[in-house]
Amino acid sequence: MPSVLPLGDPAPSDGLLPQQAADGAAARAFGLYVHIPFCAVRCGYCDFNTYTATELGGGASQDAYASTAISEVDFAARVLDRSGLPARKLSTVFFGGGTPTLLPAEDLARILRAAIDTWGIEPGAEVTTEANPDSVTPESLQLLADAGFTRVSFGMQSAVPHVLKVLDRTHTPSRVPLVVQWARDAGLAVSLDLIYGTPGESLEDWRFSLETALSYQPDHISAYALIIEDGTKLAAQIRRGEVPEIDDDDHADKYELADRMISDAGLHWYEVSNWSATPEQACRHNLAYWRGDDWWGIGPGAHSHVGGVRWWNVKHPTAYAGRLGSGVSPAAGRETLGPETRGVEKVMLEARLFSGLETAALSPAGRKAVAGLIADGLVVPEDAFRGRLVLTLKGRLLADAVVRRILPD
Amino acid sequence: MSPMARTAPVPAATDPAIIRNFCIIAHIDHGKSTLADRMLQFTGVVQSRDMKAQYLDRMDIERERGITIKSQAVRMPWELGGVNYALNMIDTPGHVDFTYEVSRSLAACEGAVLLVDAAQGIEAQTLANLYLAMENDLTIIPVLNKIDLPAAQPEKYAAELASLIGGDPEDVLLVSGKTGVGVEALLDKIVRDLPAPVGDPDAPARAMIFDSVYDTYRGVVTYVRVVDGMLHPRERIQMMSTKASHELLEIGVSSPEPTPSKGLGVGEVGYLITGVKDVRQSKVGDTVTNLAKPASESLSGYADPKPMVFSGLYPLDGTDYPVLRDALDKLKLNDAALIYEPETSAALGFGFRVGFLGLLHLEIVRERLEREFNLDLISTAPNVVYEVTLEDKNVITVTNPSEFPSGKINEVREPMVAATILAPNEFVGAIMELCQGRRGVMRGMDYLSEDRVELRYWMPLAEIVFDFFDLLKSKTRGYASLDWKADGEQVADLVKVDILLQGEQVDAFSAITHKDKAYAYGVMMTGKLRELIPRQQFEVPIQAAIGSRIIARESIRAIRKDVLAKCYGGDISRKRKLLEKQKEGKKRMKMVGRVEVPQEAFIAALTTDESKDKAKK
Repeated sequence: MPSVLPLGDPAPSDGLLPQQAADGAAARAFGLYVHIPFCAVRCGYCDFNTYTATELGGGASQDAYASTAISEVDFAARVLDRSGLPARKLSTVFFGGGTPTLLPAEDLARILRAAIDTWGIEPGAEVTTEANPDSVTPESLQLLADAGFTRVSFGMQSAVPHVLKVLDRTHTPSRVPLVVQWARDAGLAVSLDLIYGTPGESLEDWRFSLETALSYQPDHISAYALIIEDGTKLAAQIRRGEVPEIDDDDHADKYELADRMISDAGLHWYEVSNWSATPEQACRHNLAYWRGDDWWGIGPGAHSHVGGVRWWNVKHPTAYAGRLGSGVSPAAGRETLGPETRGVEKVMLEARLFSGLETAALSPAGRKAVAGLIADGLVVPEDAFRGRLVLTLKGRLLADAVVRRILPD
Repeated sequence: MSPMARTAPVPAATDPAIIRNFCIIAHIDHGKSTLADRMLQFTGVVQSRDMKAQYLDRMDIERERGITIKSQAVRMPWELGGVNYALNMIDTPGHVDFTYEVSRSLAACEGAVLLVDAAQGIEAQTLANLYLAMENDLTIIPVLNKIDLPAAQPEKYAAELASLIGGDPEDVLLVSGKTGVGVEALLDKIVRDLPAPVGDPDAPARAMIFDSVYDTYRGVVTYVRVVDGMLHPRERIQMMSTKASHELLEIGVSSPEPTPSKGLGVGEVGYLITGVKDVRQSKVGDTVTNLAKPASESLSGYADPKPMVFSGLYPLDGTDYPVLRDALDKLKLNDAALIYEPETSAALGFGFRVGFLGLLHLEIVRERLEREFNLDLISTAPNVVYEVTLEDKNVITVTNPSEFPSGKINEVREPMVAATILAPNEFVGAIMELCQGRRGVMRGMDYLSEDRVELRYWMPLAEIVFDFFDLLKSKTRGYASLDWKADGEQVADLVKVDILLQGEQVDAFSAITHKDKAYAYGVMMTGKLRELIPRQQFEVPIQAAIGSRIIARESIRAIRKDVLAKCYGGDISRKRKLLEKQKEGKKRMKMVGRVEVPQEAFIAALTTDESKDKAKK
């Protein structure tokens, strides 16, 4: 998650949610996100809420973290119950970071077990953890699978050493096929995360990374354009001229190449930056974000959403642990979205999906704008005629502009 | 102890024989205001402790820029040889844009102090005003200022002054406004050398207006020099050009604060207050007379101010249009030369076409609008007034490129100026090159001294209004000075260049240029816009055209990527806020057809930044 928290309203110390959160909740899926705020090193492009092992102590330390996270699971269960939400089983769980696999597999398993004990889990639920190729072993992956994890997403980023170096990624590329095989052996579905547009990365470099990743036959690929976030080391290097600037046209070339190569390998896009081998292998947890389902985010800086109420926890692990230790909500702020804002979010998020956005959900002006989008080659005409707005390849690259055009002023 | 007059002569009862009216002619930065301050101090009208630097320059902009926009008049007592004299110092504006006001100020005086920086020598502007003073038969007292400066070269510049006005270099007074050295001697010399004013005390009253200033509390304050007769408080006066009459609510002298008097007699200088609210009712150069006993003939030299340069002024925020209108209405009260009328631009919305005396006038008005009325403005490229004769012999006056007729044109006449440039002789080549490039015709060249040259050119005004002065300065390392005055017109091969964005003409960027320069303008503007307009979702051709003929072309490539790659749980609120901000930003865009053009692009495209352009070349 980004390091800068949004400005919102203050959150109550008991964490209780307004009535709107409970309305219609039974019809919505419920997921859990667990943030693991640790990394072995801090990457030059990363502005996520993460800390190296030695930075923290007390309840925020790596050793105590599982227990602290579990205390928020207990807190969450109480809040949802007292806010009048129905009991719902978990349909997805996602461990992200940071580097979740920097914690011992036992700790991750313990957090997952506590969540399942608290809410129960639906049959066939998706349970994912992110992992760094350096921080897993055949044994740790097996342990995770045994605990109920179904999926692992490896931060491969690139197959090219000089690109990995700019990104401060420490793993050796040759380790990736090994960890993919170990995950498969343990029965886990595999996703690979790639980053393109890193300063100094040529189109050929990117092609090589794609070829390499696809040669491992992953079930799922995420490919993100590198975003230079303020306050990162990379942002400073670019400002000082040590590293070349990001070029949007280069990004567009690389996105087009990625879509072509990944599609040729038999995967299909289901969100702007995500492709899966079959529709079932799409990341259901992430789809829940884009479809406005409910999830609780555990951990410092984690974001939650329940029925149009969004909130986010305090960022620093020590403050986070302290709040939970004294029975106070770790939320730093929240916003309760009205129908109009929820409508804007729906358009903004669903337009990014292959399943598309119902044009009926648009305002009259928005529906009128669709004709222009068809003319400009940004949305698929056949889908639009059937009442769904689905982006073309060109449209995906201009998704934000499309959204601006279909939202009322 | 300085010979401060112990009993100052009383206004309305002062014998013309003990009156001395003078002004100071000087270039910007040559220390006129500092010298004036010192005179106020030495004559005792301002106590040292009340002294603030440049006492007479009232407006902030004047004090900041160190220039005088509006003139003022101060009465100071001075004793010489046992006689108490009344000295009226009339402060003159120093810039070419205000030549007419200068000429009226000079007409109110019998003499002028020619003040020249002892480290820099005379400048073109000063020379021009000196000519004006000599034409008005004023007695000139040459003075070198800043003699305390280490770089001062009094011998050299005294010789220069002496050769200009005749006389002996020894007669040039050496003063320092800063330290006060020589100021008493100067005051003595003013009394001794300047003639007393002459007029008929028994004739019907005639007073010349040399300035009028709008004051929030008092309405218009009119500064006059009485030539004949006498003006009294409470009587009705008449403005001879308009025949409008007013009651004289107050009459008095500035010393330097306004001090009411029992009247003003022959040769006296002072102010009138009638309660009018608009300086247009009290025009510079007009003659004031007594309504009951009017003069039959007005004083000569009156002329209406004539705007030379026009520019469109548009509020950045369209909703500020009423604020701009009110602001112009207020400025007009104090600026008889300011004229404007509403105008609509397809690209910029509602605004005004405003006429100015020159570029400095434009800058000052714009700055005052922005500063005093808190407006953000776009001003279009300044242009001059063209007379276009159509084939059917109809003549159209064009003050805005968009009015330039597209049909058959017989001829186009453009205003010309006589320009005088003074510079060290090493820069003559560079200056000639510049002037010739600006369609200038050389009228003559003279050496003022061994190493200083005066060049005279006849040039189109259009060629000097934009950036000529900046270029002149940069080509001469700041040494050249420029003066110009309107001097007829000429028929020229002029065309209108239009700029088209995706085929749509953008009126704000149209320009009238000489045919030989149309291509350069087209290339410059299309190139500039290509840099300034952000990429759109489609390719945007930018063209420059004369009529239907395309003379330059650029294109802005379509944007290919506008999507945030990652949009997970924690990104959603942030992304929504970014979206709201982007939509807000879109509202600040001006739409030209389908093309979104940021306000900043208009401002930047309409601003010349020669140094930047040069760096690129």
